[in-house]
Amino acid sequence: MSLSSRQVINSALLVFLAALPFLTDWVGDSFYTGLVARILILAIAALSLNLLIGYGGMVSFGHAAYIGVGAYVVGIGAFHAFEDGIDWMLNGYVQLVAAILGSAVIALIIGAISLRTRGVYFIMITMAFSQMLYFTAVGVETYGADDGLSIYSRSDMLGLIDLNDEKSLYYLIYVSLLVVLYLMHRLVGSAFGNVIRGSKSNEARMRAIGFSPYKYRLTAFVIAGAIAGYAGFLMANLNDFVSPDVMHWTRSGDLIIMILLGGMASLFGPLYGALAFLMLEELLSSIPLTVGGLRVGEYWQLLFGPLLILVVLYARNGVDSFLPGARKGS
Amino acid sequence: MTTPDLLIVENLVKRYDGLLATDDLSLTVRQGELHAIIGPNGAGKTTLIKQLTGEIRSDAGRVIFAGQNLKRVSEPGRSHIGLARSFQITSLFQNFTVLENVCLAVQAHSGHSFRFWKKINNDTNLTEPALTILQHMGLEQRAHTVTSSLSHGEQRQLEIAVALATKPKLLLLDEPMAGMSKEDSETLIEHLLELKNRYTILLIEHDMDAVFSLADRISVLVYGRAIATGTPDEIRNNEDVRQAYLGEEA
Amino acid sequence: MNWLLLLEQILNGFQLGLLLFLLAAGLTLVFGIMDMVNLAHGSLYMMGAYFCATFTGWTGSFLLGALLTLPAVFLLGIIVEVVALRTLYARDHLDQVMATFGLILFFNEATRLIWGPIGLVIPLPDFLNQTVEIIPGAPYPAFRLAIIIVGFLIAGLLYLIVSRTKLGMLIRAGASNREMIGALGINIRLLFTLVFGLGAALAGLAGLMAGPILSVEIGMGEGILILTLVVIVIGGIGSIKGAFIAAILIGLIDTVGRSFLPEILDLILPSQTAATAAPAISSMMIYLLMALVLAIKPQGLFPPKGVGR
Repeated sequence: MSLSSRQVINSALLVFLAALPFLTDWVGDSFYTGLVARILILAIAALSLNLLIGYGGMVSFGHAAYIGVGAYVVGIGAFHAFEDGIDWMLNGYVQLVAAILGSAVIALIIGAISLRTRGVYFIMITMAFSQMLYFTAVGVETYGADDGLSIYSRSDMLGLIDLNDEKSLYYLIYVSLLVVLYLMHRLVGSAFGNVIRGSKSNEARMRAIGFSPYKYRLTAFVIAGAIAGYAGFLMANLNDFVSPDVMHWTRSGDLIIMILLGGMASLFGPLYGALAFLMLEELLSSIPLTVGGLRVGEYWQLLFGPLLILVVLYARNGVDSFLPGARKGS
Repeated sequence: MTTPDLLIVENLVKRYDGLLATDDLSLTVRQGELHAIIGPNGAGKTTLIKQLTGEIRSDAGRVIFAGQNLKRVSEPGRSHIGLARSFQITSLFQNFTVLENVCLAVQAHSGHSFRFWKKINNDTNLTEPALTILQHMGLEQRAHTVTSSLSHGEQRQLEIAVALATKPKLLLLDEPMAGMSKEDSETLIEHLLELKNRYTILLIEHDMDAVFSLADRISVLVYGRAIATGTPDEIRNNEDVRQAYLGEEA
Repeated sequence: MNWLLLLEQILNGFQLGLLLFLLAAGLTLVFGIMDMVNLAHGSLYMMGAYFCATFTGWTGSFLLGALLTLPAVFLLGIIVEVVALRTLYARDHLDQVMATFGLILFFNEATRLIWGPIGLVIPLPDFLNQTVEIIPGAPYPAFRLAIIIVGFLIAGLLYLIVSRTKLGMLIRAGASNREMIGALGINIRLLFTLVFGLGAALAGLAGLMAGPILSVEIGMGEGILILTLVVIVIGGIGSIKGAFIAAILIGLIDTVGRSFLPEILDLILPSQTAATAAPAISSMMIYLLMALVLAIKPQGLFPPKGVGR
């Protein structure tokens, strides 16, 4: 079996990401391992969101909420283990299951209501629900309210893997990304994925040929929420910190930007998008140019905002459209 | 010998902002027949189709299909008990291939689709029946073409192929020849003549040549009412129809 | 229960509700008529506050500053529409969301560049910076009262415009049937631009009135944008009447809820639990209301005719 040039590029990227911790060791600057780990976690979340937006046509603007739920599970577990000596709450497997189940249940409730609506309503409702969770987190003094929770102890994986070791954590994140990529690949090509894509393409016809899209959409919504919750679990462990800010609506906007920057028509799009997003942030904010005593890099969003508009207007498929074998049109 | 009625429409009503789109309409479709509905623009033909498929709710009256009252049956549910429709304005999965369009319709009738792992696109349980249907409709050469690049005529044929893939007892065809060239229409009429032997069909069509050559019975709809029902000959000779409708064209 | 406090909170609720209405009115028209998602509406609100702070500084008078701000934000709205948004009407909602999200980033950063990262203060003239006793024994800030009065006046004016003028007729027609306006041969571009400018001016008005009581700072438009979206969704997209009723409802529930929920919870829960739960629950209330409304009516309370099926 021969690989297309696109597959070669994708594989090269994955190999590079696998080798990264050793490359940074060699360079002697581990800052980039942390940065890329963060990118990969966001890529996992963006991949899950792309199931909804790219394949399902459901523009959910509250996806960061599920990351928040997963992250708070870790934070709250560590908090009670630390403050009240409840050791089992630090158990990584308990936290993992709670993070995934918790975000799935919340996605089920939010999705069940939101998916009754369409278009603009759906966008605004998902956004409002995520803000509700955000304000809830802000309102709970016990767990740090606005200031968030410091996580004094990472999830205890009972010796199977030591998350305190940055390299182990990185590889857990990396393998998780591979698993989610493969999961998405299977999901999109399955009978279920066919229904999700069909419902985006033509809902009226779907109903006419005998499908009820609602329950399939809701299932996709829950799957995406659960994966984002898992990303939250990883995020909390990476940052040793969780605050309401992870679920602020602008974080959800960031995820959509990643999908758009990467191109939503492809499996790898969100990964490229997450890379592009954070690289752009790094690059733009370190522009050394100074105009009238002001460093341009410090005001990088002044460039990033219009850039987004330009991408929307002229490069609909983002990075994807620059890779070989890109589909024409959208 | 009487053939049983597959579809019975009784006193059906639909109002839009006080305007009667369907006005106390009654008609029957017999098992095995091709029943055509004709009528001037705005007679409520597409509204009737939507009421039959459950896309819109009726304000009064009832629809009995294969002995079952459809009042509480949803639109997807009606597809599962054997009602299939084609759309007047082409409504396909434009970014899917021709084969994928038909496969999706087959899939809808092959159990639930909460199957998350197995690859679907080479599943012979779907592709085999789908290819058979494409062959019937003369589209097998185009099976792997993306739908949006089909010609208008081909898209209209695919409309019907997708409906056939749901294994219907009754085909509701909403102006299948809309916008077609004369040549394409003639091909489609041949297909319909062949389908007529295998399916019960309710056909809405403006093309009078097609209607009179295909139909076993014709109902004439004017302002949401059926003013006459009968064989093509009876309709041709019906005074009311001549006045209300055909007279305008002659 | 403290009745005077309740009365004061109800007035505060109206005041918040009317501010929300000013924002929602413009936004719901943009959503309804142009089928356009505009997240940058909160930025126009923010610009209203910043412009007013600056103009008040230049002229030394809040009223003059406010009078200058309105046309300035109106113009800014028109510029934004012509430069960035006009090309997006034909695009799908996802594109609109992203592009207007980009606008928010731009406006926030531009504001930081021009006015600096530290917030501004809008000084009030003496006659607004005092309390009035509308009810004996219950002094109420004059400026908040002024907001309520202006809010009601604008609501009345909008009602007249929408129900009595040709522009209003077009707006109503547009919200329920977009193709129809095109068919009428109206210069639809101009109509959209004008409506957008009007919405911007209303958002600016809300911003300049909120400035003296809240604070004039970067990102001030984002929190209130979400509240405004909730208002629009509950009221029904495209409906001014729905926006008004939902805005007042949200304003009252949010304000009164926040100040009285702790007391109410205290009656049913152990006081420590009540104290912890109250802030979280009170900030959830309006979203729960929204969920309830949508569970029953997915198109909101007052969907414009022809939108629902």
